[in-house]
Amino acid sequence: MSLHVAFDGITKEFGPVRVLHGVGFDLNPGRVHGLLGENGAGKSTLMKILAGYHAPTSGTLSIDGEPVTFRNSRDAEKRGIVLIHQELSLADDLTVTQNMFLGHEIRRGWLLDDRAMRERAVQALRQVGFEGDPDGKVRDLIVAEKQLVEIAKAQLRNARLLIMDEPTASLTPSECDRLFGLIDRLRRDGVTIVYISHKLDEVERITDEVIVMRDGRFVARAPTAETPRQRMAELMVGRELTDMFPDKQSPAIGKPLMAVRGLTVPGWAEDVSFDLHPGEILGFAGLVGAGRTELFEGILGLRPRSGGTVEIEGRPVVLRNPREAMRNGLTYLSEDRKGKGLHVGMGLRENLTLMTLRHHAHPLLSPASEERALEQAVASFGIRGNPQGTASSLSGGNQQKLAIAKFLEPDPRVFVLDEPTRGVDVGAKRDIYFLIARLAAEGRGVIVISSELIELIGLCHRVIVMRGRRVSATVPADRLSEEELIAHAIGTEVSTHTHH
Amino acid sequence: MPSGPKSAPTPTTEARGDRAAPRKASRRFDPHRFGPVVGLVLLLVVGTALNPDFATWDNMMNVLTRTAFIGIISIGMCFVIISGGIDLSVGSMAALIAGGMILLMNALAGSVGSPVAVVALGMLFALLLGGGFGLAHGYLITRGRIEPFIVTLGTLGIFRAVLTWLADGGAITLDNDLSDAYGPVYYGSLLGIPVPVWVFLAVSVAGAVLLNRTAFGRYVQAIGSNEQVARFAAVDVDRVKLLTYGLLGVCVGIATVLYVPRLGSASPTTGLLWELEAIAAVIVGGTSFKGGEGRIAGTVIGAVLLSVISNILNLTSIISVYLNAAVQGCVIIAVAFLQRRRP
Repeated sequence: MSLHVAFDGITKEFGPVRVLHGVGFDLNPGRVHGLLGENGAGKSTLMKILAGYHAPTSGTLSIDGEPVTFRNSRDAEKRGIVLIHQELSLADDLTVTQNMFLGHEIRRGWLLDDRAMRERAVQALRQVGFEGDPDGKVRDLIVAEKQLVEIAKAQLRNARLLIMDEPTASLTPSECDRLFGLIDRLRRDGVTIVYISHKLDEVERITDEVIVMRDGRFVARAPTAETPRQRMAELMVGRELTDMFPDKQSPAIGKPLMAVRGLTVPGWAEDVSFDLHPGEILGFAGLVGAGRTELFEGILGLRPRSGGTVEIEGRPVVLRNPREAMRNGLTYLSEDRKGKGLHVGMGLRENLTLMTLRHHAHPLLSPASEERALEQAVASFGIRGNPQGTASSLSGGNQQKLAIAKFLEPDPRVFVLDEPTRGVDVGAKRDIYFLIARLAAEGRGVIVISSELIELIGLCHRVIVMRGRRVSATVPADRLSEEELIAHAIGTEVSTHTHH
Repeated sequence: MPSGPKSAPTPTTEARGDRAAPRKASRRFDPHRFGPVVGLVLLLVVGTALNPDFATWDNMMNVLTRTAFIGIISIGMCFVIISGGIDLSVGSMAALIAGGMILLMNALAGSVGSPVAVVALGMLFALLLGGGFGLAHGYLITRGRIEPFIVTLGTLGIFRAVLTWLADGGAITLDNDLSDAYGPVYYGSLLGIPVPVWVFLAVSVAGAVLLNRTAFGRYVQAIGSNEQVARFAAVDVDRVKLLTYGLLGVCVGIATVLYVPRLGSASPTTGLLWELEAIAAVIVGGTSFKGGEGRIAGTVIGAVLLSVISNILNLTSIISVYLNAAVQGCVIIAVAFLQRRRP
């Protein structure tokens, strides 16, 4: 039932860029392996090679001692290797059963054998504990149910090795528990599992051993029980984690720069109030779905509000769209950089000046004036890359710096950053933290929404924790700790699950 | 997403340099930019070889004059398509504007003394009507949140049906003395170049400046490239979209103003299939159908290229004129094939 995988000297190049540099390690049968590494460490690429989505540039992949070459993911599936994608790959408009057999339909002659497929689907779904309707559309499922469908689908293909990429990214604690139970059962059945996650508490809880990658190389492997979280983090980052954050400077005391009172965004945020002072870095913590992003989209006028007031510099403002927010000194950089932050297909210059084109138009646009703004931003924010290329040619960290520069062009008094270091490598992360501190030192109010608790703890003067659409706590700097934030984020009744 | 190695800064820079070099080179031979030009040059060579009358000044001016209507509309269409929209109604809109302005001019002929003043009022009316129709489209699309394809598919039927009803199934004809006063707008020329060609040129230049050198043009591209990003970047997406449809309406108005004196009448077949020719000109000119990027110069060349094809078929007898649309269709598909993006 189980299978043994060996990577040997695997390299992978995309064009001139080498993302894997001779990776070699084994995956032992029937164990849960935590695969750790920063974004860009090469974990996903390596797993895509294992699952047949990419071919290695050089090196050998062996299954049960025999070298194999997968031409596509079907080849890998035939050997029992299935990758469950980060962004689930189900067709929303098809039913659960139809999805499970997509591309592998059972036929009778020319026609589909719906009854046989349904029977087998029901059986597989029962095994993973899916309680929904096998004939219901996938569109109507919640994320956790979709995940179960994906796993059931893998079971149908007789998966012997299951790769899970950030499976808990949008699950609630109780859904996570159910998933972990299922992983336990799969392990007992002899299925080999590769578990990719940034959440070290989960890795600690369910994996047998951890494998760490960094910069496209294998770094270390160790039994999970012998590796404390701090050590895992240091292996991933490759240095001590002490100099990542700038020193905190105390913000001005006095009149708030921005005051929000009783703001309600129906379905997402209820009765939220907070103050932001000049020079302050205010954090927003909470689980996915706690309503943080939606709260600020509501403040910006991108979602309907049903109550509450916003004051900026003492003036009450009614913001109906991002333009009015910008005019009142508030800009917001979304967590979804490619979908809401940058035009990745457009040039750096066009991206940078989009919000302030009027400054460069008299009335015709002056490319020279735009170019000067770009030069200034490149120097001031340390954006590295070809200034004449498109935004997509930049690395994640440099894209993020460009995005920050773009939303600072209007010179906002209040700057909101949503997940400012998502998809950004360690070096750029540090740059961004220091940049945020600089903005606050200039007297701006900065709001940081983040799922990385370490980042909130290292950076913020105060952190507001949201749980289930409401503010559950405001934690001052001297009481900031992971335990404190998690307890408020998930409520104490389930906090025992995340503590050890 | 894989990204470059990070441990050593030097290889990163090298990798980036390597990546930038082929990118630049490939842009230089970008088929989007030069495909239509090469196609047009080839056609001109073929036309000259097949018929000595082809490469004459008169024939060239004739081709450009006929291109002017579709060409002017396709400039406006270019903005709409770059912003991610579409307008299927322009042919019907042109017909209704033509009928409406003729009816108005005929009615005014009695009360306003000077035919020239009547014609001027008629032209103004045509532009206003076109702009109004376009803004109505834009309003339904932005505020009404209806797909542009559906809105303009609806008005495509409405405009032509209203014209047919106004014309009682026949033609609406301009009074004779008004025709004489109006004639020079189509038949006249300045410095040896026909008036419609001048207007086409002016609209093209204005369109290119508007698209490439104004904030509005940048917003149009930004919205077509990613509407959501533009919205978060404080761009007034609805207003910009509304204006692109208004702009296209005005372009249709201008084209109609040039077209009416040619025949002096409007009928249910006026402007038939112009929408497809205008869209074809934009696409052949290298503008992405998905929006986000496009070129006015390419659009002009696309429009000229399509009418050169029919001109060559008219002048030569190798392929029947009846197959004109078929040849144009083949060219459109061939150009699209050459411009397709690697997946």
